[in-house]
Amino acid sequence: MTDVFVLGVDMIKFGRFPEQTVPELGAKAALMALDDAGLKIQDMEALYCGNLYQANAMVGQRVLQEIGQTGIPVVNCANACATGATAFREAWMAIKAGIYDLVIAVGVEQMGKGLLGGGGGGRGIPKEGLLGSGTMPTVFAEAGMEHSRKYGTTFEQFAKVSVKNHHHSTLNPKAMYQIETPLEMVMNAEMISYPNTKLMCSVNVDGSAAAVLASERKAKQLGLKRAVRVKASVLTSDPWTDRDLVMPDVNTCTRLAAKKAYEMAGIGPEELSLVELHDCFATAEILHYENLGLCKDGEAGRMIDQGQTALGGKIPVNVSGGLLSKGHPLGATGIANIYEVSTHLRGEAGKRQVPNARFGLTHVIGLGSACAVHVLEKVA
Amino acid sequence: MAEQGAAKGPLPVVDFLKIPDRGEPYLEGHRCQKCKAVFLGRREACSKCGTRGALEAVRLSNKGELYVYSIVHRSFPGIEVPYVSAVVDLEGGGTVKGNLIGIDPDPAKIKMGMPIEVIYKKAPRKDAEGNEYLTYYFQPRS
Repeated sequence: MTDVFVLGVDMIKFGRFPEQTVPELGAKAALMALDDAGLKIQDMEALYCGNLYQANAMVGQRVLQEIGQTGIPVVNCANACATGATAFREAWMAIKAGIYDLVIAVGVEQMGKGLLGGGGGGRGIPKEGLLGSGTMPTVFAEAGMEHSRKYGTTFEQFAKVSVKNHHHSTLNPKAMYQIETPLEMVMNAEMISYPNTKLMCSVNVDGSAAAVLASERKAKQLGLKRAVRVKASVLTSDPWTDRDLVMPDVNTCTRLAAKKAYEMAGIGPEELSLVELHDCFATAEILHYENLGLCKDGEAGRMIDQGQTALGGKIPVNVSGGLLSKGHPLGATGIANIYEVSTHLRGEAGKRQVPNARFGLTHVIGLGSACAVHVLEKVA
Repeated sequence: MAEQGAAKGPLPVVDFLKIPDRGEPYLEGHRCQKCKAVFLGRREACSKCGTRGALEAVRLSNKGELYVYSIVHRSFPGIEVPYVSAVVDLEGGGTVKGNLIGIDPDPAKIKMGMPIEVIYKKAPRKDAEGNEYLTYYFQPRS
């Protein structure tokens, strides 16, 4: 089977764009990715679109209405916070299978503000605040408390994740925020769901990102100078675990995806130069250091204390600013992660460049659950 | 109007809370006879091992221990905060989520692993038809 390459990839600066439509936002990123690849929409043989909140609204076709209706097949994907990564993976599979030589994946979301999850539904009376809480800040607070229970991880250690990622975002002009948030500021911010304060929750923003993928034959023909090789693409759902009916298990499906991804890529976590992982809440990032094998079980607290995951550390994590500060437009996030890692592998990340980056990993997890892991490799 | 549409006794807040005609209310699980996994609510086959036709209804214990919690300070409009959202492992199997009451919402006071009991009370909310509901809470057990 052919290797698959990213030839073009880009994202808009994340922000709040209520005056624009979802297809308009998606179209912007699609055109940017095509420009980055030096290609036109007429060169694309299929489009894979990731969008969650308008999953029934044919967003991919409407993106084409904005940039050129060429009659190509369009697949619209919805997979919670793994939506963008799922669209990217569908594109990867089509190339891998030899069906097409050039395709585009677009991820886009318009978010609005406020709490996610816990809306209830079902019959009878609302359960939120009566049978505990299903809000996302609480779900991930409880997941973090499981780590505290096992290893003594502290509120301060969780908060340090947010300090780090906000610091990283000051170096990323495409992040929603570019502000430093010192530890006291993070810990003293409004408590949302202990131990997650407001600054430890990802930012709801609007955004879009897109990637042009190519077969090896096509990539060689067009030039590999800035190409990035997709070494692994893995998607998992959540295997049964004892508590997962009341406590979504983000660990098991991540571990399963990571294991398969390292096998497929033929490398181990120690060979990674950088990681963009799903820091939807500061607590989550700590869990995923261990889930992705960046450290041994129980060592994640020490890892953040020692700055090992900061830019300049042993394995920089979320140098983009992460979901905590770059922002988290659900359907765009997975492809925005691919953009970040690709930019480092190309040596084009400016002030936040991870030196000599060769392999990078992206990770997203959507509750329900879906986990996607991609491993990318520098080519030239 | 509310009187007319209202049921005689309170309704269960969730399907897995059972209110027998005689005796005390309880939480019901389903246990796979093959792999012993315990579920809240019914399903077509065992989520863990896929075995069909092997799920039997079991009465879950009212005793357990606090597995993890969060203190919720921000919720949706109309929901009183702060409150403690708790995940409790019940003795003999089954994990349930609910509000932990009878303790200050303070991380210094709440100990993961502490013994918990399940109690049943009328919910402080009614539905649009005015029906009352029986719900469960967790409280510390000495």
